Amino acid sequence: MKNNKRLKKAKKPLTIEQKINRRTFISFGTFAVLSGAAYGGWNWLKNSPKEVRTVTAGAKAPLRRALNKTELFFRNFFSNNNLVKTYPKERAARVVRYNSGIGLQTHPDIETWQLQVKKQSGEVMNITLDELKALPKTEIIFDFKCVEGWDQISHWGGVRFSDFIHHFKLDDQTKLDYVGLVTPDKKYYVGLDMPSAMHPQTLLAYEMNDKPLIPKHGEPLRLIIPVKYGIKNLKCIGSMNFSNRRPPDYWAEKGYDYYSGL
Amino acid sequence: MQMKTIKEKHSLAMRWCHWVNFPILTIMIWSGMLIYWANDTYTFGVFGHTLFRFFPKWFNDAFNIPGRLAEGMAFHFLFMWFFTINGVVYIMYTFFSGEWRELVPKRNSFKEAWQVLLHDLHIRKMAPPQNKYNAAQRIAYTAIIIMGIGSVITGLAIYKPVQFNTLTWLCGGYHAARIEHFVLTIGYVFFFIIHVVQVVLAGWRNFQSAITGFEVVTDKPKPIIKPAADEK
Repeated sequence: MKNNKRLKKAKKPLTIEQKINRRTFISFGTFAVLSGAAYGGWNWLKNSPKEVRTVTAGAKAPLRRALNKTELFFRNFFSNNNLVKTYPKERAARVVRYNSGIGLQTHPDIETWQLQVKKQSGEVMNITLDELKALPKTEIIFDFKCVEGWDQISHWGGVRFSDFIHHFKLDDQTKLDYVGLVTPDKKYYVGLDMPSAMHPQTLLAYEMNDKPLIPKHGEPLRLIIPVKYGIKNLKCIGSMNFSNRRPPDYWAEKGYDYYSGL
Repeated sequence: MQMKTIKEKHSLAMRWCHWVNFPILTIMIWSGMLIYWANDTYTFGVFGHTLFRFFPKWFNDAFNIPGRLAEGMAFHFLFMWFFTINGVVYIMYTFFSGEWRELVPKRNSFKEAWQVLLHDLHIRKMAPPQNKYNAAQRIAYTAIIIMGIGSVITGLAIYKPVQFNTLTWLCGGYHAARIEHFVLTIGYVFFFIIHVVQVVLAGWRNFQSAITGFEVVTDKPKPIIKPAADEK
C-alpha cells in the first residue's frame, strides 16, 4: 500500500502545504533570478565602454545609442508651427548671463570681419556685417535655456536664418541635413539639424537689448536658436558650412546629446 | 485543528510593475540629481541670503554627484522610457482588470484615512473595516500614480518646452515645471520612507505577499476578532 502510494505520488493532487511551498519557491526563485539579472544589466551598463570617438564622444556607447534613438523619436514632434514662448520687452534681463567664453579668446577684428559661408561645392562666400544688417531685422524676446538648468529671458535682434538663406540663394544647401558653425579661432563649433536651423525663430543675431553685441556675447554675430539649449547658441560666428553628415559639435564630443533640441 | 488556505492578494502584473519600477525610479532619482547639481536653483532664502541649500556639499560629494551632468542626462533620457512604459502598463492593467476598484479612493476614504492614521499612531483602537487596501492606502497608492503621471508631464514640459509648449503652459511655465518635477521627486522619497516603515511594521508575511502574490491564512475553529490590518 505504501509502495503504491509512492509510485503514484506525481499524480496525487498537492496538499495545501506543498502548494504553498511550491509557489513560494517559484516566486522567490524568480524574484532572485530577475534581481540578479537586473543587477547584472546595471553593472553591464555602468561598466560599458565609452563610445568610439566620432563626431560624438565621451558617453557610454549604449547610452549614446539611446540618445540618438530618442532623438529620432522626438524629431517627429518638431514643427515650424511650434514656437518658443515670447515675452514683452520689459521682461528681458538687463544684464544677460555670461556663462562661457570658449571660442572667444581671440577677438576678431570687427572692421574686417566677414561671415565665411562654405558651400558644399567648395565655393566660399564672404558676407559683411553691413550686408546682413541690410536684411529685414527680426527681434525675439524669449526664455534662453541652459542645459545646466538655468534660464533667462533675453532680447535679441538680427537676421532670421531662413531669410539669410533665401537672400543669399543658399536654398539648395538647405537640402542637406546639417549646418555647421565655427568660431573664428575654431575653438568652438556646433552642428545643427537643418529643420532646427530653418525654424522661423532661429536668428543670426547682431544685437542684444537693442545694442550691438558685446564681445562676451559674441560680437559681431552669433547664433540664437530657441529650439536648442544654450550650448548650440554659438557666439561669434566665423564660418558656416553645410553637410549631410553631422558637423563637429563641441559639447557632443563631451558626452552631451548631439541634438539637444527643446 | 487548524486549516491553512491560500488567499490570493497581489496579481502578477501588479507585483511585476512594482518591482520593475523600484530600480527604475531609483535610477531616475539618482540621474536626476546629477542633472540638478549643475544648477541648484531651489534654495530657501530670505532677502537674498541663502538659508538652506537643498543638497549641501557633503551630500553631493558623498554620492559622487558633481560634474556629471552629461552622464546624468544620458541615463535620465534612457530610463525615462522604461519608467513611462512600466507606468502605462500598470495603469492599463489596473484599468482593464478592474483592480482600480480596490485602489481608487471612495467617497468616505478621506474621512476613514484619518481614522486609519490615528489607529496606526496608536491613538485610536479600532481601524475602519477594509477590503484589500484601507482608506489611507487607497489614497496613497492612487496619489503615487498621479504623481507618476505628473512626473512624465512635467518632465516632457522641461525636456521639450517648445515642441510640447502646451504641456509647459499647463505646468505654469518652464520654471514652474522644473520645480514641480523636483517636488514630485521629493514626494517619492517621502512616500518611500513611509512605505518601507509600514511594510516593516506589517511584517514578513505581508511583505512576502508582494513577491509571491498570496498570503497564507490559518483558519482557526473558534471565531476570533480579526485584528485590524494595518499592512501596507
